Amino acid sequence: MAAVIETQGLTRRYGRQTAVDALSFQVQEGDVFGFLGPNGAGKTTTLLMLLGLTEPSAGTARVLGFDPVRDPLPIKRLVGYLPENVGFYDDLTARENLGYVARLNRLAPDASRGNIETALDRVGLSDVGDKLVGQFSRGMRQRLGLAELLIKDPKLVFLDEPTLGLDPDGIHKILELILSLSRDRGITVVLSSHLLDQVQRTCNRIGIMVQGRMVATGLLSELTRAGESLEQLYMRHFQQR
Amino acid sequence: MATIFRKELSDHFASTRFLITFALVLMVAVVTTSMVGAHLREALEGMAKPSHVFLMLFTTSGQFFSLVQFIAFFGPLIGIILGFDAINRERNDNTLSKLVSQPIFRDAVINGKFLAGIVTVTLMLASLLLLITGLGLLTVGVVPGWEEAGRLAVYLLVSIAYVSFWMGLAILFSILFRSLATSALAAVALWIFFAFFIGFAADLVAHALAPVANARDAEQMVANQRVADAASLASPVVLYSQATSTILDPFRRTRQNLVMVGPMEKFSMDRFRNPLPLGQSILVVVPYLSLMIGLILACFGASYLTFLRQEIRST
Repeated sequence: MAAVIETQGLTRRYGRQTAVDALSFQVQEGDVFGFLGPNGAGKTTTLLMLLGLTEPSAGTARVLGFDPVRDPLPIKRLVGYLPENVGFYDDLTARENLGYVARLNRLAPDASRGNIETALDRVGLSDVGDKLVGQFSRGMRQRLGLAELLIKDPKLVFLDEPTLGLDPDGIHKILELILSLSRDRGITVVLSSHLLDQVQRTCNRIGIMVQGRMVATGLLSELTRAGESLEQLYMRHFQQR
Repeated sequence: MATIFRKELSDHFASTRFLITFALVLMVAVVTTSMVGAHLREALEGMAKPSHVFLMLFTTSGQFFSLVQFIAFFGPLIGIILGFDAINRERNDNTLSKLVSQPIFRDAVINGKFLAGIVTVTLMLASLLLLITGLGLLTVGVVPGWEEAGRLAVYLLVSIAYVSFWMGLAILFSILFRSLATSALAAVALWIFFAFFIGFAADLVAHALAPVANARDAEQMVANQRVADAASLASPVVLYSQATSTILDPFRRTRQNLVMVGPMEKFSMDRFRNPLPLGQSILVVVPYLSLMIGLILACFGASYLTFLRQEIRST
Protein backbone atom coordinates (compact mmCIF):
# COMPACT_ATOMS: atom_id res chain seq x y z
CA MET A 1 0.00 0.00 0.00
CA ALA A 2 1.58 3.20 -1.17
CA ALA A 3 0.28 6.72 -0.76
CA VAL A 4 -1.15 7.86 -4.09
CA ILE A 5 -1.80 11.37 -2.85
CA GLU A 6 0.15 13.02 -0.09
CA THR A 7 -0.03 16.68 0.86
CA GLN A 8 1.90 18.72 3.40
CA GLY A 9 0.47 22.04 4.52
CA LEU A 10 -1.14 22.69 1.15
CA THR A 11 -2.49 26.24 1.13
CA ARG A 12 -4.18 28.43 -1.45
CA ARG A 13 -5.05 32.07 -0.88
CA TYR A 14 -7.10 34.32 -3.13
CA GLY A 15 -6.18 37.83 -2.08
CA ARG A 16 -6.84 37.93 1.67
CA GLN A 17 -9.16 34.99 1.60
CA THR A 18 -7.76 31.56 2.35
CA ALA A 19 -9.58 28.95 0.28
CA VAL A 20 -7.47 26.00 1.36
CA ASP A 21 -5.68 26.23 4.69
CA ALA A 22 -2.66 24.04 5.46
CA LEU A 23 -4.12 20.82 4.18
CA SER A 24 -2.30 17.59 5.06
CA PHE A 25 -3.82 14.26 4.12
CA GLN A 26 -3.12 10.99 2.37
CA VAL A 27 -4.96 8.71 0.01
CA GLN A 28 -3.73 5.12 -0.34
CA GLU A 29 -3.69 3.06 -3.46
CA GLY A 30 -7.01 1.36 -4.15
CA ASP A 31 -8.95 3.68 -1.85
CA VAL A 32 -12.30 5.17 -2.65
CA PHE A 33 -11.80 8.47 -0.89
CA GLY A 34 -14.90 10.46 -0.01
CA PHE A 35 -14.06 14.15 -0.01
CA LEU A 36 -16.81 15.81 2.02
CA GLY A 37 -17.67 19.32 2.94
CA PRO A 38 -20.17 22.10 2.38
CA ASN A 39 -20.18 24.17 -0.79
CA GLY A 40 -17.23 26.53 -0.94
CA ALA A 41 -15.16 24.53 1.53
CA GLY A 42 -12.24 24.38 -0.92
CA LYS A 43 -12.69 20.88 -2.29
CA THR A 44 -12.50 21.87 -5.95
CA THR A 45 -9.53 24.17 -5.32
CA THR A 46 -7.72 21.27 -3.66
CA LEU A 47 -8.39 19.01 -6.64
CA LEU A 48 -7.15 21.73 -9.01
CA MET A 49 -3.94 22.05 -7.03
CA LEU A 50 -3.42 18.29 -7.07
CA LEU A 51 -3.76 18.34 -10.86
CA GLY A 52 -1.37 21.24 -11.27
CA LEU A 53 -4.09 23.50 -12.67
CA THR A 54 -3.70 25.96 -9.80
CA GLU A 55 -0.51 26.78 -8.01
CA PRO A 56 -0.52 26.40 -4.24
CA SER A 57 0.39 29.50 -2.23
CA ALA A 58 2.30 27.31 0.23
CA GLY A 59 2.90 23.68 1.02
CA THR A 60 3.66 20.70 -1.18
CA ALA A 61 1.78 17.84 -2.74
CA ARG A 62 2.76 14.60 -4.39
CA VAL A 63 0.43 12.76 -6.70
CA LEU A 64 1.54 9.30 -7.89
CA GLY A 65 5.03 10.38 -6.90
CA PHE A 66 5.04 13.55 -9.02
CA ASP A 67 5.03 17.17 -7.92
CA PRO A 68 2.02 18.89 -9.55
CA VAL A 69 3.77 22.27 -9.65
CA ARG A 70 6.89 21.06 -11.44
CA ASP A 71 5.66 17.99 -13.29
CA PRO A 72 2.00 18.41 -14.17
CA LEU A 73 2.14 16.48 -17.44
CA PRO A 74 2.78 12.95 -16.12
CA ILE A 75 0.08 13.55 -13.52
CA LYS A 76 -2.39 14.62 -16.17
CA ARG A 77 -1.49 11.55 -18.20
CA LEU A 78 -2.25 9.20 -15.30
CA VAL A 79 -5.08 11.05 -13.58
CA GLY A 80 -8.59 11.43 -14.92
CA TYR A 81 -10.50 14.50 -13.80
CA LEU A 82 -14.26 14.80 -14.10
CA PRO A 83 -15.15 18.43 -13.31
CA GLU A 84 -18.36 19.39 -11.59
CA ASN A 85 -20.06 20.42 -14.82
CA VAL A 86 -18.40 18.37 -17.46
CA GLY A 87 -18.33 20.05 -20.85
CA PHE A 88 -18.40 18.55 -24.30
CA TYR A 89 -18.31 19.92 -27.80
CA ASP A 90 -22.02 19.84 -28.49
CA ASP A 91 -21.60 19.91 -32.24
CA LEU A 92 -19.56 16.71 -32.23
CA THR A 93 -20.80 13.18 -31.63
CA ALA A 94 -19.94 11.24 -28.50
CA ARG A 95 -17.35 9.20 -30.41
CA GLU A 96 -15.78 12.33 -31.89
CA ASN A 97 -15.56 13.94 -28.46
CA LEU A 98 -13.82 10.88 -27.06
CA GLY A 99 -11.59 10.68 -30.12
CA TYR A 100 -10.40 14.23 -29.52
CA VAL A 101 -9.49 13.44 -25.92
CA ALA A 102 -7.75 10.25 -27.06
CA ARG A 103 -5.66 12.25 -29.54
CA LEU A 104 -4.83 14.83 -26.86
CA ASN A 105 -3.57 11.94 -24.78
CA ARG A 106 -1.50 10.77 -27.75
CA LEU A 107 -3.07 7.35 -27.89
CA ALA A 108 -2.26 5.38 -31.02
CA PRO A 109 -5.24 5.37 -33.44
CA ASP A 110 -5.87 1.63 -33.10
CA ALA A 111 -5.64 1.63 -29.33
CA SER A 112 -7.86 4.66 -29.07
CA ARG A 113 -10.58 3.13 -31.25
CA GLY A 114 -10.58 0.05 -29.06
CA ASN A 115 -10.54 2.08 -25.84
CA ILE A 116 -13.40 4.27 -27.03
CA GLU A 117 -15.61 1.29 -27.82
CA THR A 118 -14.88 -0.44 -24.51
CA ALA A 119 -15.46 2.78 -22.58
CA LEU A 120 -18.75 3.52 -24.35
CA ASP A 121 -19.85 -0.04 -23.79
CA ARG A 122 -18.92 0.16 -20.13
CA VAL A 123 -21.06 3.25 -19.49
CA GLY A 124 -23.88 1.93 -21.68
CA LEU A 125 -23.70 4.57 -24.43
CA SER A 126 -22.58 2.38 -27.35
CA ASP A 127 -25.84 2.71 -29.24
CA VAL A 128 -25.86 6.53 -29.05
CA GLY A 129 -22.15 6.95 -29.76
CA ASP A 130 -22.81 8.61 -33.10
CA LYS A 131 -25.36 11.10 -31.79
CA LEU A 132 -24.44 14.71 -31.19
CA VAL A 133 -23.63 15.33 -27.55
CA GLY A 134 -25.88 18.40 -27.63
CA GLN A 135 -28.86 16.04 -27.57
CA PHE A 136 -27.69 14.13 -24.49
CA SER A 137 -29.45 14.28 -21.15
CA ARG A 138 -27.55 15.26 -18.05
CA GLY A 139 -27.20 11.68 -16.91
CA MET A 140 -25.84 10.63 -20.29
CA ARG A 141 -23.35 13.49 -20.29
CA GLN A 142 -22.14 12.46 -16.85
CA ARG A 143 -21.68 8.89 -18.03
CA LEU A 144 -19.91 10.12 -21.14
CA GLY A 145 -17.63 12.07 -18.80
CA LEU A 146 -16.74 8.81 -17.06
CA ALA A 147 -16.12 7.16 -20.42
CA GLU A 148 -13.77 10.01 -21.23
CA LEU A 149 -11.76 9.19 -18.12
CA LEU A 150 -11.66 5.50 -18.97
CA ILE A 151 -10.13 5.86 -22.42
CA LYS A 152 -6.88 7.12 -20.98
CA ASP A 153 -6.71 4.16 -18.60
CA PRO A 154 -6.01 6.22 -15.46
CA LYS A 155 -4.43 5.11 -12.20
CA LEU A 156 -6.38 7.68 -10.23
CA VAL A 157 -9.59 9.58 -10.91
CA PHE A 158 -10.96 12.79 -9.39
CA LEU A 159 -14.72 12.99 -9.54
CA ASP A 160 -16.13 16.37 -8.56
CA GLU A 161 -19.79 16.05 -7.63
CA PRO A 162 -20.45 13.41 -10.30
CA THR A 163 -24.04 12.83 -9.26
CA LEU A 164 -25.18 16.43 -8.95
CA GLY A 165 -28.59 17.00 -10.46
CA LEU A 166 -29.17 13.42 -11.53
CA ASP A 167 -32.31 11.36 -11.01
CA PRO A 168 -32.12 8.38 -8.59
CA ASP A 169 -31.60 5.92 -11.41
CA GLY A 170 -28.78 8.05 -12.87
CA ILE A 171 -27.15 8.34 -9.44
CA HIS A 172 -27.34 4.58 -9.00
CA LYS A 173 -25.72 3.93 -12.39
CA ILE A 174 -22.90 6.39 -11.76
CA LEU A 175 -22.14 4.99 -8.31
CA GLU A 176 -22.15 1.45 -9.67
CA LEU A 177 -19.69 2.51 -12.33
CA ILE A 178 -17.43 4.17 -9.79
CA LEU A 179 -17.43 1.11 -7.59
CA SER A 180 -16.67 -1.15 -10.53
CA LEU A 181 -13.73 1.07 -11.48
CA SER A 182 -12.20 0.57 -8.09
CA ARG A 183 -13.09 -3.14 -7.88
CA ASP A 184 -12.21 -4.37 -11.37
CA ARG A 185 -9.41 -2.08 -12.41
CA GLY A 186 -7.92 -1.15 -9.07
CA ILE A 187 -8.29 2.53 -9.84
CA THR A 188 -7.99 4.86 -6.87
CA VAL A 189 -11.03 7.16 -6.70
CA VAL A 190 -11.36 10.56 -5.08
CA LEU A 191 -15.03 11.41 -4.89
CA SER A 192 -15.96 14.91 -3.89
CA SER A 193 -19.52 15.22 -2.75
CA HIS A 194 -21.81 16.55 -0.10
CA LEU A 195 -24.38 13.82 -0.45
CA LEU A 196 -23.52 11.77 2.59
CA ASP A 197 -25.48 8.61 1.97
CA GLN A 198 -23.76 8.17 -1.39
CA VAL A 199 -20.38 8.56 0.22
CA GLN A 200 -21.25 6.09 2.92
CA ARG A 201 -22.29 3.57 0.28
CA THR A 202 -19.20 3.88 -1.89
CA CYS A 203 -16.18 5.11 0.10
CA ASN A 204 -13.84 3.36 2.49
CA ARG A 205 -11.83 6.44 3.49
CA ILE A 206 -13.11 9.97 3.97
CA GLY A 207 -11.90 13.47 4.60
CA ILE A 208 -14.17 16.24 5.85
CA MET A 209 -13.27 19.74 4.83
CA VAL A 210 -14.82 22.84 6.39
CA GLN A 211 -13.76 26.38 5.52
CA GLY A 212 -10.52 25.29 3.91
CA ARG A 213 -9.42 22.99 6.73
CA MET A 214 -9.47 19.24 6.92
CA VAL A 215 -11.32 18.63 10.19
CA ALA A 216 -11.29 14.84 10.05
CA THR A 217 -9.68 12.26 7.83
CA GLY A 218 -9.21 8.50 8.01
CA LEU A 219 -10.89 5.20 7.35
CA LEU A 220 -14.65 5.43 7.57
CA SER A 221 -14.76 2.45 9.89
CA GLU A 222 -12.30 4.07 12.31
CA LEU A 223 -13.91 7.49 12.35
CA THR A 224 -17.47 6.48 13.05
CA ARG A 225 -18.32 5.64 16.62
CA ALA A 226 -20.44 2.59 17.34
CA GLY A 227 -23.82 2.82 15.61
CA GLU A 228 -23.12 6.26 14.25
CA SER A 229 -24.06 7.10 10.69
CA LEU A 230 -21.87 9.21 8.46
CA GLU A 231 -24.38 11.99 8.74
CA GLN A 232 -24.03 12.11 12.51
CA LEU A 233 -20.26 12.02 12.18
CA TYR A 234 -20.35 14.85 9.69
CA MET A 235 -22.60 17.01 11.82
CA ARG A 236 -20.44 16.37 14.88
CA HIS A 237 -17.36 17.70 13.08
CA PHE A 238 -19.27 20.44 11.38
CA GLN A 239 -20.67 21.85 14.60
CA GLN A 240 -17.34 21.85 16.37
CA ARG A 241 -16.25 24.72 14.19
CA MET B 1 -0.57 21.20 -30.24
CA ALA B 2 -1.02 19.59 -33.66
CA THR B 3 -4.20 17.93 -32.40
CA ILE B 4 -5.71 21.17 -31.18
CA PHE B 5 -4.62 22.92 -34.35
CA ARG B 6 -6.34 20.30 -36.49
CA LYS B 7 -9.52 20.39 -34.49
CA GLU B 8 -9.68 24.18 -34.55
CA LEU B 9 -9.06 24.23 -38.28
CA SER B 10 -11.81 21.73 -39.00
CA ASP B 11 -14.08 23.70 -36.65
CA HIS B 12 -13.41 26.84 -38.64
CA PHE B 13 -14.12 25.28 -41.98
CA ALA B 14 -17.19 23.41 -40.82
CA SER B 15 -18.78 26.36 -39.06
CA THR B 16 -21.75 28.08 -40.60
CA ARG B 17 -20.43 31.51 -39.87
CA PHE B 18 -17.27 30.79 -41.81
CA LEU B 19 -19.36 29.76 -44.81
CA ILE B 20 -21.51 32.86 -44.52
CA THR B 21 -18.58 35.27 -44.25
CA PHE B 22 -16.78 33.52 -47.03
CA ALA B 23 -19.85 33.66 -49.28
CA LEU B 24 -20.22 37.34 -48.48
CA VAL B 25 -16.59 38.09 -49.23
CA LEU B 26 -16.73 36.15 -52.47
CA MET B 27 -19.87 37.91 -53.55
CA VAL B 28 -18.38 41.31 -52.89
CA ALA B 29 -15.23 40.29 -54.73
CA VAL B 30 -17.18 39.22 -57.79
CA VAL B 31 -19.35 42.31 -57.79
CA THR B 32 -16.49 44.77 -57.37
CA THR B 33 -14.36 43.03 -59.96
CA SER B 34 -17.09 43.10 -62.55
CA MET B 35 -17.86 46.73 -61.74
CA VAL B 36 -14.22 47.72 -61.84
CA GLY B 37 -13.76 45.69 -65.00
CA ALA B 38 -16.44 47.69 -66.78
CA HIS B 39 -15.09 50.94 -65.39
CA LEU B 40 -11.51 50.11 -66.24
CA ARG B 41 -12.06 49.96 -69.98
CA GLU B 42 -13.30 53.53 -70.01
CA ALA B 43 -10.47 54.69 -67.79
CA LEU B 44 -7.86 53.10 -69.99
CA GLU B 45 -9.15 54.62 -73.19
CA GLY B 46 -7.77 58.03 -72.25
CA MET B 47 -4.30 56.77 -71.35
CA ALA B 48 -1.47 56.87 -73.84
CA LYS B 49 0.63 54.02 -72.53
CA PRO B 50 -0.96 52.39 -69.53
CA SER B 51 1.14 50.18 -67.30
CA HIS B 52 0.27 48.00 -64.37
CA VAL B 53 -3.26 47.63 -65.66
CA PHE B 54 -3.79 44.48 -63.74
CA LEU B 55 -3.17 46.09 -60.38
CA MET B 56 -5.86 48.61 -61.16
CA LEU B 57 -8.34 45.79 -60.74
CA PHE B 58 -7.63 46.01 -57.05
CA THR B 59 -7.14 49.72 -56.56
CA THR B 60 -9.72 51.34 -58.83
CA SER B 61 -12.99 51.98 -57.16
CA GLY B 62 -16.03 51.15 -59.20
CA GLN B 63 -19.23 52.67 -57.98
CA PHE B 64 -18.64 52.05 -54.30
CA PHE B 65 -15.17 51.11 -53.27
CA SER B 66 -12.12 49.29 -54.52
CA LEU B 67 -11.27 45.85 -53.32
CA VAL B 68 -8.34 47.15 -51.31
CA GLN B 69 -10.63 49.50 -49.44
CA PHE B 70 -13.07 46.68 -48.88
CA ILE B 71 -10.45 44.49 -47.22
CA ALA B 72 -9.18 47.45 -45.20
CA PHE B 73 -12.64 48.11 -43.78
CA PHE B 74 -14.15 44.65 -43.55
CA GLY B 75 -11.08 42.49 -43.15
CA PRO B 76 -11.13 43.28 -39.43
CA LEU B 77 -14.67 41.94 -39.22
CA ILE B 78 -13.51 38.63 -40.69
CA GLY B 79 -10.73 38.46 -38.12
CA ILE B 80 -13.09 39.31 -35.27
CA ILE B 81 -15.61 36.70 -36.38
CA LEU B 82 -12.89 34.06 -36.44
CA GLY B 83 -11.54 34.92 -33.01
CA PHE B 84 -14.02 36.54 -30.67
CA ASP B 85 -15.25 33.33 -29.02
CA ALA B 86 -12.05 31.29 -29.18
CA ILE B 87 -11.48 30.90 -25.45
CA ASN B 88 -14.60 32.10 -23.70
CA ARG B 89 -16.89 29.72 -25.58
CA GLU B 90 -14.82 26.81 -24.31
CA ARG B 91 -14.86 28.37 -20.87
CA ASN B 92 -18.64 28.75 -20.88
CA ASP B 93 -19.16 25.24 -22.22
CA ASN B 94 -16.82 23.90 -19.52
CA THR B 95 -14.69 22.23 -22.16
CA LEU B 96 -11.72 24.39 -21.23
CA SER B 97 -11.21 22.77 -17.85
CA LYS B 98 -11.36 19.41 -19.56
CA LEU B 99 -8.88 20.51 -22.18
CA VAL B 100 -6.30 21.77 -19.70
CA SER B 101 -6.59 18.64 -17.56
CA GLN B 102 -5.34 16.56 -20.49
CA PRO B 103 -1.61 15.91 -20.73
CA ILE B 104 -0.82 18.91 -22.91
CA PHE B 105 0.99 22.13 -22.13
CA ARG B 106 -1.45 24.88 -21.52
CA ASP B 107 0.09 27.12 -24.16
CA ALA B 108 -0.68 24.47 -26.78
CA VAL B 109 -4.32 25.57 -26.53
CA ILE B 110 -3.54 29.15 -27.38
CA ASN B 111 -0.86 28.35 -29.97
CA GLY B 112 -3.18 25.94 -31.73
CA LYS B 113 -5.97 28.46 -31.86
CA PHE B 114 -3.79 31.26 -33.17
CA LEU B 115 -2.20 29.06 -35.79
CA ALA B 116 -5.51 27.62 -36.99
CA GLY B 117 -6.93 31.14 -37.26
CA ILE B 118 -3.96 32.40 -39.26
CA VAL B 119 -4.14 29.44 -41.62
CA THR B 120 -7.86 30.03 -42.13
CA VAL B 121 -7.25 33.70 -42.87
CA THR B 122 -4.47 32.78 -45.29
CA LEU B 123 -6.61 30.32 -47.19
CA MET B 124 -9.52 32.74 -47.32
CA LEU B 125 -7.51 35.68 -48.62
CA ALA B 126 -5.41 33.62 -51.02
CA SER B 127 -8.46 32.07 -52.63
CA LEU B 128 -10.09 35.50 -52.80
CA LEU B 129 -7.07 36.93 -54.58
CA LEU B 130 -6.84 34.04 -57.01
CA LEU B 131 -10.53 34.30 -57.76
CA ILE B 132 -10.25 37.97 -58.59
CA THR B 133 -7.19 37.28 -60.70
CA GLY B 134 -9.17 34.73 -62.67
CA LEU B 135 -12.17 37.00 -63.02
CA GLY B 136 -9.86 39.82 -64.04
CA LEU B 137 -8.36 37.71 -66.78
CA LEU B 138 -11.83 36.99 -68.05
CA THR B 139 -13.38 40.44 -67.90
CA VAL B 140 -10.43 42.68 -68.69
CA GLY B 141 -8.27 40.33 -70.66
CA VAL B 142 -4.92 41.51 -69.32
CA VAL B 143 -2.31 39.13 -68.06
CA PRO B 144 -0.31 40.18 -65.01
CA GLY B 145 3.44 40.42 -65.45
CA TRP B 146 5.95 39.07 -62.98
CA GLU B 147 6.25 42.37 -61.22
CA GLU B 148 2.53 42.66 -60.79
CA ALA B 149 2.35 39.12 -59.48
CA GLY B 150 5.12 39.99 -57.03
CA ARG B 151 3.23 43.04 -55.87
CA LEU B 152 0.11 40.98 -55.36
CA ALA B 153 2.08 38.45 -53.33
CA VAL B 154 3.36 41.21 -51.05
CA TYR B 155 -0.15 42.59 -50.82
CA LEU B 156 -1.43 39.16 -49.80
CA LEU B 157 1.23 38.93 -47.12
CA VAL B 158 0.36 42.33 -45.68
CA SER B 159 -3.36 41.50 -45.78
CA ILE B 160 -2.84 38.22 -43.96
CA ALA B 161 -0.88 40.06 -41.28
CA TYR B 162 -3.63 42.67 -41.04
CA VAL B 163 -6.58 40.28 -40.69
CA SER B 164 -4.54 38.07 -38.37
CA PHE B 165 -3.92 41.07 -36.14
CA TRP B 166 -7.65 41.59 -35.72
CA MET B 167 -8.15 37.92 -35.09
CA GLY B 168 -5.43 38.04 -32.44
CA LEU B 169 -7.08 41.03 -30.83
CA ALA B 170 -10.41 39.20 -30.79
CA ILE B 171 -8.77 36.15 -29.19
CA LEU B 172 -7.22 38.41 -26.56
CA PHE B 173 -10.68 39.82 -25.79
CA SER B 174 -12.10 36.30 -25.67
CA ILE B 175 -9.60 35.57 -22.92
CA LEU B 176 -10.22 38.79 -21.02
CA PHE B 177 -14.01 38.74 -21.15
CA ARG B 178 -16.12 35.82 -20.04
CA SER B 179 -19.15 36.76 -22.07
CA LEU B 180 -19.24 36.16 -25.81
CA ALA B 181 -21.21 39.34 -26.45
CA THR B 182 -18.81 41.52 -24.49
CA SER B 183 -15.73 40.30 -26.30
CA ALA B 184 -17.41 40.61 -29.71
CA LEU B 185 -18.65 44.12 -28.95
CA ALA B 186 -15.33 45.26 -27.54
CA ALA B 187 -13.54 44.12 -30.68
CA VAL B 188 -16.15 45.65 -32.95
CA ALA B 189 -16.05 48.94 -31.04
CA LEU B 190 -12.30 49.12 -31.48
CA TRP B 191 -12.67 48.32 -35.16
CA ILE B 192 -15.26 51.06 -35.68
CA PHE B 193 -13.10 53.57 -33.85
CA PHE B 194 -9.98 52.73 -35.83
CA ALA B 195 -11.78 52.52 -39.15
CA PHE B 196 -14.12 55.48 -39.01
CA PHE B 197 -13.21 57.85 -36.21
CA ILE B 198 -9.44 57.81 -36.24
CA GLY B 199 -9.44 60.78 -38.63
CA PHE B 200 -11.24 62.99 -36.13
CA ALA B 201 -9.13 61.77 -33.28
CA ALA B 202 -5.95 62.46 -35.24
CA ASP B 203 -7.15 65.98 -36.09
CA LEU B 204 -7.92 66.59 -32.44
CA VAL B 205 -4.45 65.49 -31.41
CA ALA B 206 -2.88 67.57 -34.17
CA HIS B 207 -4.74 70.72 -33.15
CA ALA B 208 -3.76 70.19 -29.56
CA LEU B 209 -0.07 69.57 -30.26
CA ALA B 210 0.54 71.77 -33.30
CA PRO B 211 -2.21 74.36 -33.53
CA VAL B 212 -2.60 76.30 -36.74
CA ALA B 213 -2.88 79.95 -35.74
CA ASN B 214 -2.66 81.27 -39.24
CA ALA B 215 -4.14 79.18 -42.04
CA ARG B 216 -1.80 80.79 -44.55
CA ASP B 217 1.31 79.82 -42.63
CA ALA B 218 2.61 76.85 -44.59
CA GLU B 219 5.00 75.75 -41.89
CA GLN B 220 2.27 75.51 -39.30
CA MET B 221 0.05 73.66 -41.74
CA VAL B 222 2.77 71.13 -42.48
CA ALA B 223 3.55 70.65 -38.81
CA ASN B 224 -0.13 70.16 -38.07
CA GLN B 225 -0.53 67.68 -40.89
CA ARG B 226 2.55 65.76 -39.81
CA VAL B 227 1.20 65.30 -36.31
CA ALA B 228 -2.18 64.26 -37.68
CA ASP B 229 -0.57 61.73 -40.00
CA ALA B 230 1.56 60.32 -37.24
CA ALA B 231 -1.42 60.11 -34.89
CA SER B 232 -3.60 58.35 -37.42
CA LEU B 233 -0.90 55.73 -37.83
CA ALA B 234 -1.98 54.50 -34.42
CA SER B 235 -4.82 52.86 -36.30
CA PRO B 236 -3.99 49.55 -37.94
CA VAL B 237 -6.58 50.36 -40.57
CA VAL B 238 -4.65 53.46 -41.67
CA LEU B 239 -1.41 51.56 -41.41
CA TYR B 240 -2.75 48.87 -43.66
CA SER B 241 -4.34 51.08 -46.28
CA GLN B 242 -1.21 53.20 -46.62
CA ALA B 243 1.03 50.17 -46.91
CA THR B 244 -1.13 48.45 -49.49
CA SER B 245 -1.77 51.51 -51.61
CA THR B 246 1.97 51.97 -51.93
CA ILE B 247 2.44 48.36 -52.91
CA LEU B 248 -0.37 48.22 -55.42
CA ASP B 249 0.09 51.69 -56.89
CA PRO B 250 3.66 51.95 -58.18
CA PHE B 251 3.21 55.63 -58.92
CA ARG B 252 2.97 56.53 -55.30
CA ARG B 253 6.37 57.38 -53.95
CA THR B 254 5.49 58.58 -50.53
CA ARG B 255 3.01 57.76 -47.83
CA GLN B 256 2.57 61.41 -46.95
CA ASN B 257 -0.88 62.72 -47.64
CA LEU B 258 0.20 66.31 -47.93
CA VAL B 259 3.05 67.03 -50.28
CA MET B 260 3.97 70.63 -50.94
CA VAL B 261 4.99 71.10 -54.53
CA GLY B 262 5.30 74.08 -56.77
CA PRO B 263 3.34 74.28 -60.04
CA MET B 264 6.35 73.40 -62.19
CA GLU B 265 7.23 70.45 -60.04
CA LYS B 266 3.66 69.27 -60.13
CA PHE B 267 3.62 69.59 -63.87
CA SER B 268 6.80 67.59 -64.28
CA MET B 269 5.57 64.94 -61.88
CA ASP B 270 2.39 64.52 -63.84
CA ARG B 271 4.19 64.62 -67.15
CA PHE B 272 6.98 62.21 -66.39
CA ARG B 273 5.39 59.77 -64.02
CA ASN B 274 7.43 56.64 -63.73
CA PRO B 275 6.51 53.64 -61.67
CA LEU B 276 8.64 52.79 -58.65
CA PRO B 277 10.38 49.43 -59.01
CA LEU B 278 9.00 46.64 -56.86
CA GLY B 279 12.06 46.55 -54.65
CA GLN B 280 11.68 50.22 -53.81
CA SER B 281 7.96 49.85 -53.12
CA ILE B 282 8.74 47.05 -50.73
CA LEU B 283 11.29 49.25 -48.99
CA VAL B 284 8.60 51.84 -48.46
CA VAL B 285 6.27 49.22 -47.01
CA VAL B 286 8.65 47.29 -44.77
CA PRO B 287 8.28 49.56 -41.72
CA TYR B 288 4.51 49.23 -41.97
CA LEU B 289 4.67 45.49 -42.27
CA SER B 290 7.03 45.15 -39.34
CA LEU B 291 4.80 47.39 -37.24
CA MET B 292 1.83 45.20 -38.10
CA ILE B 293 3.71 42.00 -37.23
CA GLY B 294 4.73 43.71 -34.01
CA LEU B 295 1.07 44.35 -33.23
CA ILE B 296 0.21 40.70 -33.85
CA LEU B 297 3.03 39.61 -31.58
CA ALA B 298 1.85 42.03 -28.90
CA CYS B 299 -1.67 40.56 -29.09
CA PHE B 300 -0.30 37.05 -29.02
CA GLY B 301 2.03 37.81 -26.14
CA ALA B 302 -0.71 39.43 -24.08
CA SER B 303 -3.08 36.54 -24.81
CA TYR B 304 -0.40 34.04 -23.92
CA LEU B 305 0.48 35.65 -20.61
CA THR B 306 -3.09 36.26 -19.44
CA PHE B 307 -4.16 32.79 -20.45
CA LEU B 308 -1.31 31.09 -18.64
CA ARG B 309 -2.02 33.06 -15.47
CA GLN B 310 -5.75 32.55 -15.45
CA GLU B 311 -7.25 29.94 -13.23
CA ILE B 312 -9.55 27.62 -15.08
CA ARG B 313 -12.34 25.97 -13.16
CA SER B 314 -15.74 24.85 -14.12
CA THR B 315 -18.55 26.63 -12.39
